[in-house]
Amino acid sequence: MSGLDPTIGHPSSGASCARSRHEHGHALPILHEIRHALERLLASGEETRIDLHSMPFGPGDLERLTAVLGSGEVQARVEALGPTLIQETAIPGVWLVDYRGLEDQRLSYQIEIAAIPEILRPRPEDLAESLGALEDRLSESGLDAAAPNASPPSS
Amino acid sequence: MRKRSDKTLGESLRDHGLSRRGFLKLCAATASLMALPPSMAPAIAAALEQARRPSVIWLSFQECTGCTESLTRAHAPTLEDLIFDFISLDYHHTLQAASGEAAEEARLQAMEENKGRYLVIVDGSIPGPDANPGFSTVAGHSNYSILMETVEHAAAVIAVGTCAAFGGLPQARPNPTGAMSVMDLVRDKPVINVPGCPPIPMVITGVVAHYLVFGRLPELDGYGRPLAFYGQSIHDRCYRRPFYDKGLFAESFDDEGAKLGWCLYRLGCKGPTTYNACATMKWNDGASWPVEAGHPCLGCSEPKFWDAGGFYEPVSVPLTLGPGTLLGAGVVGAVAGGGLATLARKQRKEEAGTRQPVTVDELEQKL
Repeated sequence: MSGLDPTIGHPSSGASCARSRHEHGHALPILHEIRHALERLLASGEETRIDLHSMPFGPGDLERLTAVLGSGEVQARVEALGPTLIQETAIPGVWLVDYRGLEDQRLSYQIEIAAIPEILRPRPEDLAESLGALEDRLSESGLDAAAPNASPPSS
Repeated sequence: MRKRSDKTLGESLRDHGLSRRGFLKLCAATASLMALPPSMAPAIAAALEQARRPSVIWLSFQECTGCTESLTRAHAPTLEDLIFDFISLDYHHTLQAASGEAAEEARLQAMEENKGRYLVIVDGSIPGPDANPGFSTVAGHSNYSILMETVEHAAAVIAVGTCAAFGGLPQARPNPTGAMSVMDLVRDKPVINVPGCPPIPMVITGVVAHYLVFGRLPELDGYGRPLAFYGQSIHDRCYRRPFYDKGLFAESFDDEGAKLGWCLYRLGCKGPTTYNACATMKWNDGASWPVEAGHPCLGCSEPKFWDAGGFYEPVSVPLTLGPGTLLGAGVVGAVAGGGLATLARKQRKEEAGTRQPVTVDELEQKL
């Protein structure tokens, strides 16, 4: 159980009094943009982010887009300033990243074309502090000193 | 210990226990808020890290408090809270705890301590210098005198809402209070107009965030509106635009075209002459917006929109088309498939030859 709500991964564009049964056609240009971004990723490693929150989608456009992209094997959740929900699409390297606030309202909804979404990578500053953080925790746990073959601290 | 106002935004955020991933997320959301590409997030992060809290004085004049409601009822409390936590809102009639002389003292103190650096946000129009000052007063002083006193040493003025930006409802004919806009009165300071009745809350925040991030005001259009949010017409960003291009219009609010979500142009939609971000940012946590709810755009972010003809009169009418013509074409097209496109192209060509565009300015001249 990933804890991800599948309805959050494929959100509706909101309640509408004027639901249209017609295709508005706004998903197709985004899919072409994703194709060009994938070509750049494969050719040069260049990553791309597309902000879906600012697209003039009509009712059904977002659902159409996410339906075409499908669902991949990976779901992830980052807890920082509210949840961020990451869903791999059926296209490797194409991710849906749903930034949500503390009250679960959407802050931004993006498609990321990258090997790994940026928000999943540790920040370089955090990585630089990781060894120290582990040593602090080891020291606090007392396991290090209690070990029978613990070596004396180097001077 | 350093005072909170001395700290950079980055330092304050870390004091709040915000992780670096949380900060990155804040920057991604801020880029979205400012209508910037997501790739700008690292640059925003670097700028926000060093930003300092500006003092903000919010003046409310002839207004309905809808603009403040729009902002404080925003459905993005995390982002709004964070950004507004990192400005120093030193004066706001509706929100501040202080009242009477203490409130006015807070305004004067903020002006003195932040001379040349503070921002003034205004909502509401102002009875002009020749109007009876008694039409609208605060603490016994006319709106006009408070505005001019407060902006004297301001870095910039942000006019929030159509009343402050263009005069709005108070200025509608016959304008009994002699209402004027901020830019009518403030000539020697940068004035940024954030019109709308009310403005989209994210646009208000976006302008403040732009100032925080870049330390300067955003690029403006001819009406002093930030191009990032007012650079494109409602019509150009409307999801119903393909129906307009195909010549498919709702003719009444309950006809088949309306039910099928066709273009609302013939029902008076002012989208073609209105510049705002509703079509993309939407309202109520991105749930919907007027056109998606089936109502034409009223053009509330444009100057004199109250007096610019009827809300339900089209801005331009193709004279040869009677009501129902295109609806009939749509029904035929639904059966005939590709025939519709051909018919629509032909009709569009005929429309182009007979259309008589009417601008807001022309409407005003006729009235």
